[in-house]
Amino acid sequence: MPAAVVFDQVAKTFAGARGAVRALDGVSFNVELGEFFGLLGPNGAGKTTLISILAGLARASTGRVTVMGHDVVADYAAARMALGIVPQELVFDPFFSVRECLRIQSGYFGIRHNDSWIDELLVGLGLADKADVNTRQLSGGMKRRVLVAQALVHKPPVIVLDEPTAGVDVELRQTLWGFIAGLNKQGHTVLLTTHYLEEAEALCSRIAMLKQGRVVALDRTANLLAGTASTMLRFKTDDALPAAVAARARVTGRVAQVTARDAGEVEVILGRLREGGVKVEDLEIGRADLEDVFLEIMQKEAA
Amino acid sequence: MSSNFEGTRTLFNKEVLRFWKVSVQTVAAPVLTAVLYLLIFGHVLEAHVQVYPGVGYTSFLIPGLVMMSVLQNAYANSSSSLIQSKISGNLVFLLVSPLSHWAWFAAYVGASVVRGLVVGLGVFAVTVWFAPPHFAEPWWIVVFAVLGAAMLGTLGLIAGLWAEKFDQTAAFQNFLIMPMTFLSGVFYSVHSLPAFWQGLSHANPFFYMIDGFRRGFFGASDVSPWVALAVVGVSFVAVAVVALRLLATGYKIRS
Repeated sequence: MPAAVVFDQVAKTFAGARGAVRALDGVSFNVELGEFFGLLGPNGAGKTTLISILAGLARASTGRVTVMGHDVVADYAAARMALGIVPQELVFDPFFSVRECLRIQSGYFGIRHNDSWIDELLVGLGLADKADVNTRQLSGGMKRRVLVAQALVHKPPVIVLDEPTAGVDVELRQTLWGFIAGLNKQGHTVLLTTHYLEEAEALCSRIAMLKQGRVVALDRTANLLAGTASTMLRFKTDDALPAAVAARARVTGRVAQVTARDAGEVEVILGRLREGGVKVEDLEIGRADLEDVFLEIMQKEAA
Repeated sequence: MSSNFEGTRTLFNKEVLRFWKVSVQTVAAPVLTAVLYLLIFGHVLEAHVQVYPGVGYTSFLIPGLVMMSVLQNAYANSSSSLIQSKISGNLVFLLVSPLSHWAWFAAYVGASVVRGLVVGLGVFAVTVWFAPPHFAEPWWIVVFAVLGAAMLGTLGLIAGLWAEKFDQTAAFQNFLIMPMTFLSGVFYSVHSLPAFWQGLSHANPFFYMIDGFRRGFFGASDVSPWVALAVVGVSFVAVAVVALRLLATGYKIRS
């Protein structure tokens, strides 16, 4: 069986106002069948460009992308039949009700009588009482649910969610992840891009990190967490940190977080704080999370 | 790829539903405009102008107004639908679908033809009370109405793909479609024009659409309906090739 999604040396160059901009620079990785895969990276890393090429919204300058073995350019119809995309932008068609939108989307994929699956989607996504409401009248969160339903009308084996929880309330996040995790258990492959790293850590079995159009990390989530600084020092202070500590600290208001490889390094950091006369409150030492891994990898790449 | 008939049918139906849901604006308003033209020009010119022997000016004007409405509304349908979808971003639902460029073309142009014909029938149904209609060669009425609407639906598709703002499709309409329609003989026979303007009119494909359409009513026309059919047919194929090429390459819709 082929991989669910294959990115093979994908590059994309845009003509910008100040010359050509290289948005993707030889990206290669596979998403295997049945995986819950996370694609992470800072703004402008090329995540959405990569997803757009996968969906046929943009064309790669060089390289090749396949979905369930179908080339997204040469065999676009079969590739798109296998793909369900939840776009990042909150878009809707103001002429139609929720049910009409879902029927129309089904029709585009060649499905005429789809009401039993549409009903299932409406219930599963908490949209049952909005079926006959015009999409224009829905709240942002409800519009997001409709986008998810539209992506799933043709039961695609591969589901792509591009920042699906940006600006979404807790209740919808829970509904959405419950529903998507259920589909993943049934065998659907899920490719997720998100800014919420705790979501990626909780959901994704494997992760690729993009930076400036290149893959800078690609591994199982557990390996990523184990392979980098695994200890996190967290404390509050009103004092300025010594330069050696400040360089690797993440500071939010009074709270500073510093990663350390092992207990010895924790000792060194504490020593430096003491030497610098920094008064520390509420000191905690815990396990590093994906956010720390992400920052460490991004900083390493910048250096 | 395998043909996706259901997908094409769905997009066509959606495009028809889209204008039908706002039919006061997309059907009733253009009918009212055409009736106002008829009332004003018919009233002023009825006693002064006779284009063909035995045909009053109001009778002469009605087919021209019907055809003008067909053409303008066919253009408006595809151009406004595409630019709205592009600007609001919901074109993405169609872009991620497996529909081919042939399917897009058939559905957008097909729905434009329907809108053009619905408005044309509306204008005819209202204006027919002002002068009893003749149907000398009715097949030409159908042929030129459908072909003219398809041509303008295709031009609307091209304009909708090219434009990035609403005012650009409006400019296309105001500076190209409107002048070409008005200068095509809607309100007059080109034989009444000075030689230079007569020659210029013969370079305007819209002239052949309206002349051929009118032929169906009166059995008389400025040029042979077969010549008109050839000119309109070749023009349609030319713009269709351009539109299909733009769709196939994703011009301004796929980056």
